[in-house]
Amino acid sequence: MKDIDPKTSQVNSIEKSRTEHEQWLHMYRQMLKIRKFEENVNQLYTTAKMPGLSHLSIGQEAVAVGVCESLRSDDYITSTHRGHGHCLAKGAKTNLMFAELLGKASGYCSGKGGSMHIADQENGNLGANAIVGGSAGIATGAALSAKMRGTDQVAVCFFGDGALGQGIIYEVMNMSSLWKLPVIYVCENNLYTEYTHYTETTAGNIIGRAKAFHVHAEEIDGQDIRKVFSTTRKLVEKARSGDGPSFLLCKTYRYYGHHVGDINRTYYRSKEEENEWKINRDPLKIFANWMINDQLIDAPGLEQIESDVQSEMEDSVQFALDSPYPDLNEVDKHVYA
Amino acid sequence: MSMLEMTEREITFSQAINEALAEEMRRDESVFIIGEDVAEAGTPFKVLSGLVEEFGTERVIDSPISESGFTGIGVGAAMTGMRPVVDIMFGDFMTIIMDQIANQAAKIHYMSGGKLKVPMVVRTNLGASRRSAAQHSQSLHVWLSHIPGLKVILPSTPYDAKGLMKTAIRDDNPVVFFEDKMMFQDKGKVPEGDYTIPFGVADIKKEGTDITLIGTSSMVQVALEAADHLAQIGISAEVIDPRTILPLDKKTLIDSAIKTSRAIVIDEGYASYGVTAEIASIIADGAFYHLETPVKRIGAMDVPIPFSPVLEDLTIPSSKMVVNMAKTLCGRS
Repeated sequence: MKDIDPKTSQVNSIEKSRTEHEQWLHMYRQMLKIRKFEENVNQLYTTAKMPGLSHLSIGQEAVAVGVCESLRSDDYITSTHRGHGHCLAKGAKTNLMFAELLGKASGYCSGKGGSMHIADQENGNLGANAIVGGSAGIATGAALSAKMRGTDQVAVCFFGDGALGQGIIYEVMNMSSLWKLPVIYVCENNLYTEYTHYTETTAGNIIGRAKAFHVHAEEIDGQDIRKVFSTTRKLVEKARSGDGPSFLLCKTYRYYGHHVGDINRTYYRSKEEENEWKINRDPLKIFANWMINDQLIDAPGLEQIESDVQSEMEDSVQFALDSPYPDLNEVDKHVYA
Repeated sequence: MSMLEMTEREITFSQAINEALAEEMRRDESVFIIGEDVAEAGTPFKVLSGLVEEFGTERVIDSPISESGFTGIGVGAAMTGMRPVVDIMFGDFMTIIMDQIANQAAKIHYMSGGKLKVPMVVRTNLGASRRSAAQHSQSLHVWLSHIPGLKVILPSTPYDAKGLMKTAIRDDNPVVFFEDKMMFQDKGKVPEGDYTIPFGVADIKKEGTDITLIGTSSMVQVALEAADHLAQIGISAEVIDPRTILPLDKKTLIDSAIKTSRAIVIDEGYASYGVTAEIASIIADGAFYHLETPVKRIGAMDVPIPFSPVLEDLTIPSSKMVVNMAKTLCGRS
């Protein structure tokens, strides 16, 4: 064994910590981007500039970013109706996303998909899905495909606690376990299946369901991005090395309603509960406090990030507002490949 | 001279499907088969016999009885570089896979603004008269034909089966391929080697001048039998097989009806809101000023398929029904 040069070793260690440092800051920026993006979505929706439906994931940012930061850009994700965060975390551009949400030609899907169907093939995002549990087969199929093609790509299937009621989740978990597929099922338990607390719809033990198929399963605090990131990295490594699927249950919370129109929520959850999460369990606050305590950043540094993200959002919203709607003759294009 | 005219070899419908799959799997490594009992069993109808021996269990994959799950897996594999053939043992199980087909596979290309595509074949079947009762006998192909983004294929001969299956596998869209369970042992001329048949091109199975009989799948045989009977009483029937109902070769159907001035449409799906209704409407619209009589249609009786043979036989279109209706339309009853 060669002698270690203490000088080189120290440099390597500084470089490593600098890289980690940059990664934490990048992750914070990504989380803040999701929050600001969705605050703008709420604003666009409530001022009647955005058509259709909108399901906000504010409060759940740590899961999207922590998971996607563990992936390569050629790894796959499938997302849900509450999917803006996943899409951004996997690398999507805010201007093209806003444009899609407004039904504009410059949007990710030429305005044909909208909020619930954004796909971003270049970053491995196989699409959000408006059928609860509807993408479980797609993610598992992408994992089978990766295995058959002999790549080491990994697929992540995001879904909410509501999808635990859909049979296809269990069908594909069974197959992914039998065939040792590189897929990770990430369940974002935000406590409410639409307007009903998950305990009223979900019997028994959630991760026990995955374990019954011999799918490796873990339950973590989804508000702590460091926990989400470190756990997912381990699961991705396991999948990539051919050691089969995992199930990751992340406990989290959505601050807004099931969709933007769900404003009076007291019949299914209390203001006190909402405030408890917003004040004491906020993933951005938890992460920022840790970074400040560890002297990774200071208050002016955080303000700078906030101002950068804010200005990106303003430019992106303006880009979307200024973009033209699709040509009317686009209506029957892309029905068939 | 066409390839069909040049060939002398006769094989069964089942062998034609098997040969198409084997040739495509040799040609393209991304083609694989997934479904229940597709490997060693070769399906209950033995259509896939021998494929696992040549291609192995990694490309001929036995699945659990989870139609929705493995169809979804097919969709995801197709979106990421593979060309799966998803085997659905009975067409009746369309009910179980409908979300993955209609909400996922059919819409992904459009919803993504053309970025993603789903080159997948769902291989399944239709047809009654096997005494299999209400949940293993239905002809539900029209359900899929109602969904833009899908293609729906109904071969009626071994030759068409091979050529259309190859086209289906090479197509970049989700294709649902219906085989009639009663035709698997039917023999016909099939060339060795590669040929494809384009979608959306109807085939005139028999030329005639007095009446057009449009049949799909095994109803083509019913129409041809009826045409033979009609010939004996001096009525010349033209028999047309659309071969694919989505896309549909409207022009050939309309042109024939214009020529003969009468048409009957025969399909084994239910008559109400069915394939026959769609085709009759297209002919009524396109050939209106040339028609001597209303366009008539014959489909399955609007009842769940009964088990008892005497009852089941009443529900399926027969050549006798076609002959009687044709005679009436031609003023010969």
